[in-house]
Amino acid sequence: MKLVIFAGPPTCGKTTVIRQVLKRMAARQIKAAYLKIDVLYADDDTIIAKEFGIPVKKIYSGELCPDHCNVVVLDEAVEWADSCGAGYLFVETAGLCLRCSPYVENSLGIVVLEATSGMNLPRKIGPMLTLADISVITKIDLISQAEREVFRYRVLESAKKITVVESNALYGIGIDPIVKQILKTPDIEFPMFLRGNPPVGTCTICVGKKEIGAKHHFGVLRTLDEDLVYVGE
Amino acid sequence: MEVHKISVFGGYGKDGSAEKVNEFSLEVGDIISIVGPTGCGKTTLINDIELFANENTPSGRRVTINDEPVPEDFIFDPSNHPIALISQHTNFLSDLPVEEFLTIHATVRGATDVASIIEETLNFANELTGEPIMKDIAMTELSGGQTRSLLIADAVVIGNSPIILLDEIENAGIHRTKALELLKRYKKIFVFVTHDPCIALMSDFRIVMKNGAMQSLIVTRPEERKVAGKMKQIDDMMLDFRTIIRSGEELTESIFNENFKVLTF
Repeated sequence: MKLVIFAGPPTCGKTTVIRQVLKRMAARQIKAAYLKIDVLYADDDTIIAKEFGIPVKKIYSGELCPDHCNVVVLDEAVEWADSCGAGYLFVETAGLCLRCSPYVENSLGIVVLEATSGMNLPRKIGPMLTLADISVITKIDLISQAEREVFRYRVLESAKKITVVESNALYGIGIDPIVKQILKTPDIEFPMFLRGNPPVGTCTICVGKKEIGAKHHFGVLRTLDEDLVYVGE
Repeated sequence: MEVHKISVFGGYGKDGSAEKVNEFSLEVGDIISIVGPTGCGKTTLINDIELFANENTPSGRRVTINDEPVPEDFIFDPSNHPIALISQHTNFLSDLPVEEFLTIHATVRGATDVASIIEETLNFANELTGEPIMKDIAMTELSGGQTRSLLIADAVVIGNSPIILLDEIENAGIHRTKALELLKRYKKIFVFVTHDPCIALMSDFRIVMKNGAMQSLIVTRPEERKVAGKMKQIDDMMLDFRTIIRSGEELTESIFNENFKVLTF
């Protein structure tokens, strides 16, 4: 089983890129399964099932963050894809806080970023970009050549070894190099491990404490002026 | 790698039949136009060029540089990319001040004398616009015409792209024959997608598009060049009228007749 994980901010064009990739996979008669992890709403699974007739699954992460959800379900998802007879599992996830990264060792990590989100975006997002193998930049036709160059430069400044692919996915432009990389992806190994370290410590906010202010929390904290401190046993 | 020639090999039109123009080449210094009614595939053609189509776009066209297939780093690295495409949708999204933004771009491009290259870029842009562009205004505050002018100036001067594709610049309210004259000073390949007869006839040749296919290639003969000269006079006259109206004056019959008399044909 080969695992390809697509991450990126909402509305950046992940699904459009995936559909173009699936089109090319179908032309090569390669069967992929598709798992969508979103927070509250998604209908891409039904659209993809209808268009390509491949096995699809959708999970709403709800109270969990999508990356967290990805970690706890991925092993079963790989089994599911295997039982469907698919050689590839495509996972589309909307990692939200950008402190985690969904990529697994031996998978292919693809981060989709839209060129229109501003030249500073590559500097703002962390491991979702820095731990990815490919950065697909979408909507390139909407911004100036100059900003494209600066955007790309800043992607490479954050993630030096990443492969940058510029794409106008609506027209299927720039998709071939992504497919090429997907076909070169090695098989996944078990047990699977996250590629990066998740954020430090147990977060009291994640476990449900709603009070505002550091004095109500423990673990790794900070105040407005002080850097990180540890409070607890 | 120095670009001196780009060639386009024909593919198929919307109905699947082979294009009548099966090849054309452009060399440094060439100015050409792509003409045809809206929806005929003009923009698709320049998109194919920009992408270095290799039978992998819907048209099935193929593009080579210096008679060779296009190297991969050309395609993936926009600062090595020899083509700047300025489309009708292209915009600046950055709200940085003009000077700061140009500084970033020039630095990314490895310019040595940033201040003078910015000066040259702004001078170029300001020759095309009505109101000059101020250095400390935010990019997003520029008008449509100023934006287009700066896009062109940035691509020509800072980007120094050897091939520049301009999609319907006549819609931007910039001085287009002036633009053409300015652009001719730079040794580059210019491709205009245009509905403007002046631009079309001032080009070395034009590609006529129909139903998604390159229908014919028409070289501008001396007779058409003569017509272009006359048309430019009419165009300049219209621009004078525009200036009069823009500056709040009235366009009287005597001014109109005065201008008309100047025409030499």
